[in-house]
Amino acid sequence: MHLLLAIFTGILYAAGIYMILRRSLVKLIIGLVLLGNGVNLLIFLMGSLVKGGPPIIPEASKVIEGPFDDPIPQALILTAIVISFGLQSFAIILLKRTYQVVKTDDLDEINTTDEFA
Amino acid sequence: MSPQLIFWPVLFQLLLAVALLFLWRKVQVQRAVSIAGSTVAVVLSAALFTLTLRDGIGTVQAGNWPAPFGIALVSDTLSSLLVLLTSLAGLAVSVFSSASVTGARLKFGYFPVFHILLMGLNGAFLTGDLFNLYVWFEVIIICSFVLITLGTERKQLEGAVKYFTLNMLASIIFLTAIAVIYGLTGSLNLADISIQIAAIENRFLVEIAAVLFFVGFGIKSAVFPLYFWLPASYHTPPDAVSAIFGGLLTKVGVYAYLRIFTLIFAGDAFIRELLVTAAILTIVSGALGALIQNNLRKVFSYLIVCHIGFMIVGIGLGTETAYAGTVSYLIHDIVVKTNLFLVAGLIFRVKGSVSLRDIGGLYKRYPWLSLLIAVPLFSLVGIPPLSGFWPKISLFGAATETRSFWVLGALIFGSVLTLIIVAKVWAAAVWKEPSGKNPPVKMVLFDQISKERRILYVLPIVLLSLVSLYIGFGAEHIQEIAGRVAADLINPDAYIEAVLYPAGKSSP
Repeated sequence: MHLLLAIFTGILYAAGIYMILRRSLVKLIIGLVLLGNGVNLLIFLMGSLVKGGPPIIPEASKVIEGPFDDPIPQALILTAIVISFGLQSFAIILLKRTYQVVKTDDLDEINTTDEFA
Repeated sequence: MSPQLIFWPVLFQLLLAVALLFLWRKVQVQRAVSIAGSTVAVVLSAALFTLTLRDGIGTVQAGNWPAPFGIALVSDTLSSLLVLLTSLAGLAVSVFSSASVTGARLKFGYFPVFHILLMGLNGAFLTGDLFNLYVWFEVIIICSFVLITLGTERKQLEGAVKYFTLNMLASIIFLTAIAVIYGLTGSLNLADISIQIAAIENRFLVEIAAVLFFVGFGIKSAVFPLYFWLPASYHTPPDAVSAIFGGLLTKVGVYAYLRIFTLIFAGDAFIRELLVTAAILTIVSGALGALIQNNLRKVFSYLIVCHIGFMIVGIGLGTETAYAGTVSYLIHDIVVKTNLFLVAGLIFRVKGSVSLRDIGGLYKRYPWLSLLIAVPLFSLVGIPPLSGFWPKISLFGAATETRSFWVLGALIFGSVLTLIIVAKVWAAAVWKEPSGKNPPVKMVLFDQISKERRILYVLPIVLLSLVSLYIGFGAEHIQEIAGRVAADLINPDAYIEAVLYPAGKSSP
């Protein structure tokens, strides 16, 4: 399970970086989304993953017996997902608007602000 | 100090933004509320600063969960100092915005977003929790995305695409670094991590985390190979927005560097070398970039990059004198860079252009304004006794102490080029005969606007210039504060003690 998740994380990072390096605006968004998901998976992996060990204290006792899953990464991921959700929807609007105004989706042509004046 | 006071600089900006949301279409009222609110914010943060200076580090645990389990807000000298500077810059920009930002932008929530941005900045400076720092960074960048695109002019959108992509990438890298640190230490509290990290066997992984932090914050603070988004985007939004971006946003990155690399990765030789090398290249390439630009705003954008190098070099050298230099440079730079972009906005309003070719003759027409503009420009160069001079003494001293002559060379190179650039700007804007080119017809120039608005244009520049002059002439006081911060950074035991073992809980 760990190995599989680690490989998935790697694939998400690699695919995300590859997509960011393309010249199309749409691929840029897809790349950022993939990277965002990759980092969420990484955080998930970084806590102690325990199968079938929920971090819930049984009613009868005061402590959890045996190994249990780390709940903090899940809280962190939840926060990160919400934030990246907001940012990604903003990105889609921004890039749509940019496409309408600049009339190209080639990043190499969106360079008038870099030109020497 | 009542610990609740630490919340107030953050909370007050939020309340102010909420109040402004209720005044959505009432632009005139929004202007007044924003200026009044920013004044109160300055008072609040000044109170926090003086009390922190008097009583030492203050901490408050959110929800009363004891550290390291809950989120801690920490107000040490560095944090409260930066909160105070943020509020001062915020007040100046708020006044300037009320005169210079168009009504159409104000009707779409300029002021509420501006105050949430200030809230994010204050939160980032005050938090003592790594993940919370990430959240505040997100608050800051979301607001800055709105401010940079508000108005949706073509150049704004083009700049925003680069600004957005790079900042989002920086956040992702920062989050990756947090994941690695959490995996290594199992903690998110900065003070706790600082203790735990020393016991990690696998130094290689620690170094990877450090490099991830370097890249993540490096994009945000515009360090050498990562800064190209900055000159491509900072000149596109209205000048008031550029002022708050130029003055504060990159400095949050520098602050994060200061915190992380003194508290968590202190004494890591590899990171030190990385920081010093990147800083030298930042200084040199930023200064050369500024030298060839003709657009006033772009010149100032490149100067931001150049002077970020001055601060990073101090962090890289890592001696107490170097930290003191970095901190006093930070104080000077926030005030001066905010002021410079306001000056660019004023010149744009006077001449209808920001191209160095078309502006000129300011001295002939407005001798007093020219004198005013001289304060931030000459402070930037550091002509003694103005504010840029004193931090450079500490930085030069630190470079000679550690016998880092490359650093010394870069510092001198950066200073000399800054002098040349400022002389060029001064000659072009103030002394040169005005060019025959007429300003765009539809623009309302400075001498055509009402007297009240003209005062609102000049007042924030006067305010920040006075602060600059104080930093220059009251250098003894500033150096003392910077020295205290540097001592805290070199020896973070007091910080760790205050966070993990607040009064009442004995240390082990």
